[in-house]
Amino acid sequence: MPNFDYEAPTSLAEALELMARPGEVRPLAGGTDIIDQLKSNRRNADLVVDMKRIPELLELSMNGSGLRIGSAVSCTDVYNFIEEHGGYPALSESAALVGSIHIQNRASIGGNVCNAAPSADTIPPLLVHEAVAHTVSASGGEREIPLIDFFAGPGQTVLQKGEILKELVLPAPPANTASAYLRFIPRNEMDIAVAGVGSLIEVDPSSKVVTKARISLASVAPTPVRAYEAENSLEGSVIDADAIDRAADLTVGAAVPITDVRGSAEYRKELVKVLTKRTLNICLERLG
Amino acid sequence: MSKKQITTTVNGVQQEILVDSTWTLLETLRDQLRLTGTKEGCSNGNCGACTVLIDGKSSCSCLVLAPEVDGLEVTTVEGLADHGHLSPVQDAFVDNAGLQCGFCTPGFMIATTALLNENPHPTEGEIRLKLAGNLCRCTGYDKIVRSVQDAAERLSRV
Repeated sequence: MPNFDYEAPTSLAEALELMARPGEVRPLAGGTDIIDQLKSNRRNADLVVDMKRIPELLELSMNGSGLRIGSAVSCTDVYNFIEEHGGYPALSESAALVGSIHIQNRASIGGNVCNAAPSADTIPPLLVHEAVAHTVSASGGEREIPLIDFFAGPGQTVLQKGEILKELVLPAPPANTASAYLRFIPRNEMDIAVAGVGSLIEVDPSSKVVTKARISLASVAPTPVRAYEAENSLEGSVIDADAIDRAADLTVGAAVPITDVRGSAEYRKELVKVLTKRTLNICLERLG
Repeated sequence: MSKKQITTTVNGVQQEILVDSTWTLLETLRDQLRLTGTKEGCSNGNCGACTVLIDGKSSCSCLVLAPEVDGLEVTTVEGLADHGHLSPVQDAFVDNAGLQCGFCTPGFMIATTALLNENPHPTEGEIRLKLAGNLCRCTGYDKIVRSVQDAAERLSRV
């Protein structure tokens, strides 16, 4: 392990002062990515700032206007909260896929976002639920960044020196909306997505016309992406097998995958089609 | 690098430990407190050999910095037995031969304890899913699953 100092501030102001210090300062929430990266020299740090004792970053609440997830809230807590309160099924099912139970007990959704892995399971669900990243910085600046604009490349975000993710805010899903997330891995559990797809549709119950569609893909581009053409093809159409097939074919246009040890580019393009079909069909089932 | 004085309750005993800011909880348990029941396997959160409870929640101690547990409660495999009497989970692993070389066993017993605390009557599918973060290269898992099922029955009779 490289040498670094560790601080566990108990207020946001104190944390921001620490984040603004010179050198490489890393925030730590669950630590399940950053500690491994520090051990294996994939990231470095002069100072690690533990965010788990700051009340604002541990907030998890839902009201009429939506869901607020403090950036240090664990996957397990988010999963249990959504199971109890409902509303964001794609997000709860993705939170239950991040590593093992032991990892989910510590890993935060905010950390999954800031780690910015193209394969991160919770990001497509956050994108289809139109999450907004609320950030704060030592200078007193605050930003509200639509999550789709948060990623700059593999492992890279638009956060500036001294700026941290405070919370993710998801609007309340309209009535007659369903979402789903699926990933493909060659095992039953505990693996990194070869490809992942999150889908959300809002459907007029009488006409079956799609009034809103959101489709997001993981592990097929340098950052998580939205499949805008596929979304546009669904919106305004009656949702049926043909419409789903058409949308699934169009998702391939948003996928620019690489060939690596997990799968070839061609295979990943095929996977996003299949996973899009399956997630849209799950959404239909959920709409009843 | 800096030293931190932390106060942590380990297996019910309050410990004052001077830790380096870069030590993991796993290193601290094994090298400072000499609690060598907790094992180091992969060191990156895949194998579960280092599983401990932190405030009752199963966690990979290789991915926790020692200063993170200041003020918290840690339970290791050494804390499962009660005054020399094995816990029902430990008895079930022994009686069902849920181990061979034993290296993964402390992690499995801690993970099982956490699982049954939360869900006293898991299905076989739930057991296999919830223990997916613990790897065993000897048993083929069937005897471990049977051990967990037996532990659930024993606990329901307590």
